[in-house]
Amino acid sequence: MKRSRFPLYLTVAVLLFFWIPIAVLIINSFNASRFGSVWGGFSLKWYVKLFEDRNVWRSLENTAIVAAVSTSVSLVIGSLAGFTLYRYKSGLQKIHMGMVTLPLVIPDILMGMSLLLFFISFNIKLSLFTVILGHITFCISYVAVTILARLQDFDYHIVEAARDLGARGWTLFRRIYIPLLFPGLIAGAMLSLTLSLDDFIITFFTAGPGSSTLPLQIYSMIKFGSPPMINALSTLFFMITFLIAFAYQRFTRRNT
Amino acid sequence: MIKVRNSEEKILTLPSFLWLLVLFLLPTLLVVYISFCPADTYGNIQKGFTFAAYSEIINTSFPGILARTLKLSLYTTAICLALGIPVAYEIAKMEKKWQQNMMILIIIPFWTNFLIRIYAWKIILHPEGFLKQFLTSISLIPESASLLYNEGAVLLVLVYTYLPFAILPLYSAAEKFDFHLLEAARDVGSSPMRAFFRVFIPGISQGIISAVMVVFIPALGSYVIPDMVGGPHSEMLGNKIAQRVFIDRNLPRGSALSTLLILAFIIPPIVQIIIRKTRKSFRFPLPGVFHK
Repeated sequence: MKRSRFPLYLTVAVLLFFWIPIAVLIINSFNASRFGSVWGGFSLKWYVKLFEDRNVWRSLENTAIVAAVSTSVSLVIGSLAGFTLYRYKSGLQKIHMGMVTLPLVIPDILMGMSLLLFFISFNIKLSLFTVILGHITFCISYVAVTILARLQDFDYHIVEAARDLGARGWTLFRRIYIPLLFPGLIAGAMLSLTLSLDDFIITFFTAGPGSSTLPLQIYSMIKFGSPPMINALSTLFFMITFLIAFAYQRFTRRNT
Repeated sequence: MIKVRNSEEKILTLPSFLWLLVLFLLPTLLVVYISFCPADTYGNIQKGFTFAAYSEIINTSFPGILARTLKLSLYTTAICLALGIPVAYEIAKMEKKWQQNMMILIIIPFWTNFLIRIYAWKIILHPEGFLKQFLTSISLIPESASLLYNEGAVLLVLVYTYLPFAILPLYSAAEKFDFHLLEAARDVGSSPMRAFFRVFIPGISQGIISAVMVVFIPALGSYVIPDMVGGPHSEMLGNKIAQRVFIDRNLPRGSALSTLLILAFIIPPIVQIIIRKTRKSFRFPLPGVFHK
């Protein structure tokens, strides 16, 4: 019987649909013309302008601070959460599981709104600090779920064997858990890093004056002008996320 | 021993539990609480209890916005399934090596910041952009038509944003699906179409459920997409929340809108649990009846 070609054509069409906007951005970033519809020749001037823009550098600095702090803190708290969810099967863990998974399903705008109201109600001034608090909150859940999945895959007999051989507390943690969990820890860190770099809505609600991150900067550039610079910025952004994601893929694949 | 275990568990659970309690659960409940607080003339939160925020919302353009939010989210979900299921089917039928490459090709474009992807659509749909020029030159659309700032543009970008999230669970369900079942269905005389709908679709039902969850819920909370490619007549619930907070600053009203959004995704699971419970309680007496 002849197989229908329709799903294949549709798959190709969907791939084109996904890639065309990215291609348009990258091509336009080298376009000397200000307007996307006209090709004014090859130029790097938007990249030069981008590098001269002080707001961009500042937001880049903020983004780096937020991503670094929220990744490290959420990695510690999230890993502990993943570990306890795996290790103990009590009523407490059922509630804990609910609290960890809920942030994964609620729309970003609700989390942004609730954090904003929380900071206002307790008179906490909006700043880079409140942005970091928000980022840690949503990263914890992603790290916890990643670690939990990793733990569910590994053979608990190894831990029991180590115990039989007399490993306790710190030794058990350092010699058994950390090496076994290492790929999971890397995956969790990469995930929260990319999520933190990418977040717009929660940052938008929790950022104070002067604590603009790169996505916020992109937003204001889109809203209030300088479009060709965004193309250049997007292309660079794409390259960076591409490199991080590529490293992540390489790493996780080698270990599974 | 058990006592020691217990306190160890509590100490290790404490950091994440406390963090999420203070910075997730408490703020969410605060939204519900503030929605019942009166607002002063500056839109700040006052002490007291009132339904004012809700009655104000209902008397304004809110029902229309809610209907549009639900409509656009449903359309997005339906289109994502209609495109995602055949794509998942096609990829799952490929060789293993090709399957991985295809999934990478699908995911890479979404490693860019999502604002950037929305912006790319803004360029493509721009009134002076090549797509508009092309469509008018073959006179498919009139010169005056706008591709941007309408519901169609919002729907297009919503689909663009959420389609990969739909393909992922659909593909992982399709990958586990036993394609021999389709052959079996054809052997017993089913048409390819019928086999697809009666065997393949039920076979990947778990993937379909996850796909609906990861598309419908975030779509309900969309804010940036209608804000950037939509116009005043294609606003969604998320826009209204942001407007109440950032433009006319009325926090209780913003909270009331957020509370309704919370309800929108808390109600379905609760209904599901209730249905499951009532089904059980109806099922149990039945064998007894038959035994008599």
